[in-house]
Amino acid sequence: MSNLFNSMIAWVDKRFPLTSNWKAHLSEYYAPKNFNFWYYFGSLALLVLVNQLITGIFLTMNYKPDASLAFSSVEYIMRDVEYGWLIRYMHSTGASMFFVVVYLHMFRGMMYGSYRKPRELLWLVGMGIFFILMSLAFTGYILPWGQMSYWGAQVIVSMFGAIPVVGDTLQQWLLGDFTLSDAALNRFFAYHVVTLPILLVVLVFVHILALHETGSNNPDGIEIKTNKNPKTGIPVDGIPFHPYYTVKDIVGVVVFLIVFCGIIFFAPEMGGYFLEYNNFIPANTLQTPDHIAPVWYFTPYYSMLRAVTVNFLGIDAKLWGVILMAGSVVIFCFLPWLDRSPVKSIRYKGTYFKVALTLFVISFFVLGWLGTKSPTPMYTLLAQIFTVIYFAFFILMPWYSKIDKVKPEPKRLMKE
Amino acid sequence: MKKIIINAIVFVFCLASFKLFAAESAIPLDKAPVDITDNASLQRGAESFVNYCLTCHGASFMRYNRHRDIGLSNEEILSKLIHTGQKVGGLMESAMRKKEGEEWFGVVPPDLSVIARSRGADWLYSYLRAFYRDDATTTGWNNLVFDRAAMPHVLYELQGEQKLITKASDKGEQKTLSLEKPGELTSAEYDKFVGDLVNYLVYLGEPHANSRKELGLMVMAFLFGMLILTYVLKREYWKDIH
Amino acid sequence: MADSFSISDRMSGRRKFLIAITSVAGGVAGAAIATPFLLSMMPSERAKAAGAPVEVDISKLELGMLLMVEWRGRVVWVLKRTPEMLETLTKIEGELADPGSEKKQQPDYAQNRTRSIKPEILVVEGVCTHLGCSPVFRKDIAPADLGADWQGGFFCPCHGSKFDLAGRVYKSVPAPTNMVVPPHTYLSDTQLLIGSESEGAV
Repeated sequence: MSNLFNSMIAWVDKRFPLTSNWKAHLSEYYAPKNFNFWYYFGSLALLVLVNQLITGIFLTMNYKPDASLAFSSVEYIMRDVEYGWLIRYMHSTGASMFFVVVYLHMFRGMMYGSYRKPRELLWLVGMGIFFILMSLAFTGYILPWGQMSYWGAQVIVSMFGAIPVVGDTLQQWLLGDFTLSDAALNRFFAYHVVTLPILLVVLVFVHILALHETGSNNPDGIEIKTNKNPKTGIPVDGIPFHPYYTVKDIVGVVVFLIVFCGIIFFAPEMGGYFLEYNNFIPANTLQTPDHIAPVWYFTPYYSMLRAVTVNFLGIDAKLWGVILMAGSVVIFCFLPWLDRSPVKSIRYKGTYFKVALTLFVISFFVLGWLGTKSPTPMYTLLAQIFTVIYFAFFILMPWYSKIDKVKPEPKRLMKE
Repeated sequence: MKKIIINAIVFVFCLASFKLFAAESAIPLDKAPVDITDNASLQRGAESFVNYCLTCHGASFMRYNRHRDIGLSNEEILSKLIHTGQKVGGLMESAMRKKEGEEWFGVVPPDLSVIARSRGADWLYSYLRAFYRDDATTTGWNNLVFDRAAMPHVLYELQGEQKLITKASDKGEQKTLSLEKPGELTSAEYDKFVGDLVNYLVYLGEPHANSRKELGLMVMAFLFGMLILTYVLKREYWKDIH
Repeated sequence: MADSFSISDRMSGRRKFLIAITSVAGGVAGAAIATPFLLSMMPSERAKAAGAPVEVDISKLELGMLLMVEWRGRVVWVLKRTPEMLETLTKIEGELADPGSEKKQQPDYAQNRTRSIKPEILVVEGVCTHLGCSPVFRKDIAPADLGADWQGGFFCPCHGSKFDLAGRVYKSVPAPTNMVVPPHTYLSDTQLLIGSESEGAV
């Protein structure tokens, strides 16, 4: 039996690098032995991606990208298709959980300096994944063609109208009509189920390749490859990813599934955050709901979009809002070059960085919370203050990271 | 540092479990007595729905035979719920045509299949009990929860007629309703009637909700077992490293 | 901590047992997850409602006439056979592959010479058992193209299968079995219900 298996593997290996890839990426990929809680989210993101792809395929079997049928086809899935409700909730909950997991994954990188040299490209590919993910979330949210789908998309698409000179033409080109209509629904469906998923899968593949080229960072932020066993050439602080991190990640997967299934089965709307109440009303092109807010994962950026209320530097407030919103996401790409600290990990960084990161996290949450609220003068002022803090974290980083008092990095990984 | 961050995350998740988006209205809403496992209440609600709502509103995503969920057989569904000669597997469509609705009420009466998911049970429960006489409107009715609702008070024979009483107080105007002409039902009976109806609307919004929760319990039990297994396996392997 | 990570050295019995039991649990989980996805591809409630039994009024059906009814998107024939037609059924039995309808292509109540509840009325799905084409009703006797022995029946233009007036298949044609008689019942003398044997399922 095992002989047959071995000879089959040998047959494949002559024709395809199966064993060598298995070794390079799993059984002989040496990862730092001190991964903590924050290191579960990469593999979990992969799990959610698979969930979205599979549930997405099954939803496509019954969904109809037609403005007159879309809303009812979703309810058809929920009611008439056997277990359609489960598949739909897995997809809608998966969308939100994708962002939960990816935000934590990004935050891990910020804490431990995973964006620093030599992992700049890894970080940039990751940002590319994040942009695609946002586009996927946006195009996906349009598909049920409820009130929030319609008016949310209306707001986002109108942002392109803010671009000088070409704005209006660009907007019409994007929509394929003079307003948001069936034409846009149909093409956003195409992006959501074909274009963007292919890009996402390719980028995730590249992301993992880049990771395995540089090797994983760790909570101490030191390179394990600089300290190798002279006999074996294996990093002394490294352990093979398989089986040690596979068995560990599986525990993480089960814990994640407990949370995930808890939401799917007991609170699929998640209090209106994962499935908004107003999206259970079919799109009405003549009437905006009283209160519109994007889904929670977009609310920090949404707050910044509407925080600018005055025209300055010859640019009107609307365009400033769009610039800030786009800038708030793009600015992450510059992190590898903004950080001038001699150490990578927050463990050895000084007070300035710790304070700055804490303020950044607070501003992210406050902006997120404000984005769910109707704007009042008080809220707008708050949004303005925290937008400034948000950007200050990045823009002032070259300064405060350089003058910060850092602790010396250890030579070997510290025990957890 | 790490603890602060973890606490912040926990805090945000707690926040998320509050319902911040529920339909807002000026007056506080009454709590609807919702229990979608109470089949007797759901069956009463279903009959009221068919008799009073379905003439103008549809529930066009719902099939009649789905009511086996709430303990009705096909024969019972045919005799109690279907008055329009439809088949038992048919959709609960309104008898009224869209155009007629627009002519009579100014708007097409909305489909009620998922109304409880957009409005919320408490809003519906308060709304259906907050109609009052108002000669200034075209229907002769107004509503405390939904000002100038296009719908007339369909249930007035049951509830009777209410009148709006506006009192000035230091907190501004206070609006209350008082029953002027009693209807066929007492106030408590009417509340129960509306309670059953709203309970049914909640069921209608998500007919699979009960089976979803049942399945969820089994899945959770399995996952906790799985957690123990995988944790033991992880610890066994990680002996090598610690 | 050891320098080498040759896992096979460390495969204790406990480890093997834990891996086996976790794999089995994982397999159960995988099957459990696959189930709703596979079930979601079965006919939906809408399809079931559209495929519900259909009632047919046969009071106006004349002798020798064929009525086509749609049930589950397929054509069902209701043929009122003349006494002469019924006579031919016994005449040609030698040329048929399964004259006694031994193969389960009909409900028990239609396993008889006429393959029907009432002798004169044939209810049969108009679908060739070869590859799903719909045969043509040819009641003309001994036409040039079908030969002098043709006593009337159904001829499939796709691949030339032949069936008699009870939907029984001839020998030496591509179709393997008799045509399918769907479940049906009579609600009254003139009301035929196709798709179910009981009234409650309407």
